[in-house]
Amino acid sequence: MIPNTKTDPVIDVRDLKKVYHIGEIEVPALRGVNIQVQRGEVVAIMGPSGSGKSTLMNMIGCLDSPSDGVYILDGLQVSDLRDDELAEVRNKKIGFVFQKYNLLPRVSALENVELPMHYSDENSHMQQRATDALKAVGLEDRMRHKPNELSGGQQQRVAIARAIVNEPAIILADEPTGNLDSQAGKEIIDLLLGLNRERGTTLIIVTHDPDVSAAAQRVIHLRDGLIVGEGESR
Amino acid sequence: MKLLQVLREAIRSINSNRTRSFLTILGIIIGVAAVIALMAAGQGAQASITGQIQSIGTNLIYVMPGNQLTTATNRRPLTLADSRALANKLRAPHIRNVAPVITDNNDVSYGKESLQTTVYGVEPGFEIVQNLSLSDGAFFTRAEIDSRASVVVLGPALADHIIGKHEGIIGMVVRINDYPFRVIGVTTSKGGSQFNNPDTFAYIPLTSMQARVKQDLSSGRVNYILLQAEDEESVKLAIDEAALVLRENHRLNLRQPDDFSITNQEDFLSIASSITGVLTIFLAGIAGISLLVGGIGIMNIMLVSVTERTSEIGLRKALGARKLDIMLQFLSESAMLSLIGGILGILIGWGLASLIGFVAAQSGTDLIPVVGWDAILLATLFSTAVGLFFGWYPASRAANLQPVEALRYE
Ligand SMILES: Nc1ncnc2c1ncn2[C@@H]1O[C@H](COP(=O)(O)OP(=O)(O)OP(=O)(O)O)[C@@H](O)[C@H]1O
Ligand SMILES: [Mg+2]
Repeated sequence: MIPNTKTDPVIDVRDLKKVYHIGEIEVPALRGVNIQVQRGEVVAIMGPSGSGKSTLMNMIGCLDSPSDGVYILDGLQVSDLRDDELAEVRNKKIGFVFQKYNLLPRVSALENVELPMHYSDENSHMQQRATDALKAVGLEDRMRHKPNELSGGQQQRVAIARAIVNEPAIILADEPTGNLDSQAGKEIIDLLLGLNRERGTTLIIVTHDPDVSAAAQRVIHLRDGLIVGEGESR
Repeated sequence: MKLLQVLREAIRSINSNRTRSFLTILGIIIGVAAVIALMAAGQGAQASITGQIQSIGTNLIYVMPGNQLTTATNRRPLTLADSRALANKLRAPHIRNVAPVITDNNDVSYGKESLQTTVYGVEPGFEIVQNLSLSDGAFFTRAEIDSRASVVVLGPALADHIIGKHEGIIGMVVRINDYPFRVIGVTTSKGGSQFNNPDTFAYIPLTSMQARVKQDLSSGRVNYILLQAEDEESVKLAIDEAALVLRENHRLNLRQPDDFSITNQEDFLSIASSITGVLTIFLAGIAGISLLVGGIGIMNIMLVSVTERTSEIGLRKALGARKLDIMLQFLSESAMLSLIGGILGILIGWGLASLIGFVAAQSGTDLIPVVGWDAILLATLFSTAVGLFFGWYPASRAANLQPVEALRYE
């Protein structure tokens, strides 16, 4: 599918560069990346280890700032934003799913899902909204469980519920199935694709798994900080 | 993030590692407990000292021979003539009562038992000036002064010691300086066991003192004179009048300094309160140091906690936490920690103060520790402030972590 050029892309990355400095040594992680992602698209990012996939995801997720280049997220020039405005953007527009789930160990699934709402001004009916999100990932009967009382797949579902609870436009998943067996991994991917279908949430997944990329509409191949190929998978 | 939620998370975090939390705040607990207990004991001591001074009456004035400020060469004793002059209402209208006093350390005995104590030679009126009340019998009269009667009023502890009881002893005969004295009264016990306990004193007529106990005293000489002002307002006037009368009596010219000194209860009170004031500052210093050490302990653990929770901080930032949110999270945790330490410290300090009071009561010392609201408020505020102050650095370290770096942290 060719991107719909009639509407503005939700993610517009132009000539993005990122250089890390380790003492005197400069490590270029991204060397000029151009990507446009339309609303509702599913994009898979693939590439060998160290090719800059996570670095790119951090830029898109406003967790890190680029050394050079332009990033426009949903019409916002991200480099112009202050720290607190970036926090608000992350809170409202982006849902993160990490490889290691990153749940708070001491609190229940429900409270983990409530967490993003505590940092939002829209924090009415928190419990109801968290419950709905957990229902959407099929965990309504595990709400009171703590992370260590859940399987890896279930923990990743809680993380997905947490990512969608503020109804973001984009979900960024960096190797969401990396810690799971193939069956649980498949279920997680199906869940994410289902959310994309039902809610129209833009989905960007970093993965090494060809099955996952097969399910995506677009696959972007990175190597040494550059896009070396882009194609439709179906 | 709502403050209530912040506090809930702080409590949960403290609760999740109770042993560590407890050890963290141990310094604060000990510091605050020490402050509370020591301040309570200090205030108790102050109350007991001022109470004792005030029970004698604040309109009491002491006239002593000599002057400590100058090396008076003509050191002139006070005499009964001075006393009579001071009693002259025309010359000193603001002096209500005058009580000349001769004291002597002597044995008071009954049968084989005897006790060396302070014997007071006084006149009627002394018991009013000194606020002495009798549990039995009566104080001697002017007639007994005039007749140099061999009568004595005993302190109850003295009576217990030599006679074995202090009730029903009126009419018994004790010996002072080997002269027989008939007991005509017993003073009311003031309790306590401290040095110079008035319960062990004996009081005899001034004239009998001169005649039979302290015969070597040159005629008319007294040890000191007690004055009672008309009321508390006229104490200053009474002192001025007394000074004038004595200077005239001693024929001092303008250039000669006083050869006597006049002090009153106020002076003793201010001396006592300045001593306890110094003590309080000293205690506050010790308390400050221990709270400082406690605060450093909190800072140390909070830094460890920030490091341990680096990836949690990264996650929270990814989910939309602002710097202020993270800052508040850690600040509230350290403030809460030290507040809990403060509260525990107050309770333990309170317990210690009660213990001090109990031990004091057991040993008969007149000391009731006072745990004041001011001390409690101060301890609470101070320990919270310590938590905020020493939590600031770790909290701002946490707040300023870069989200990516924090998330990558293992
Ligand atoms: N904080 C950092 N400091 C220095 N170099 C970094 C940092 N983060 C990443 N790099 C470097 O940037 C390059 C890209 O790293 P990145 O994590 O984006 O790779 P990746 O494609 O996600 O790899 P993997 O598949 O193993 O997760 C690597 O060479 C890495 O060493
Ligand atoms: Mg990576």
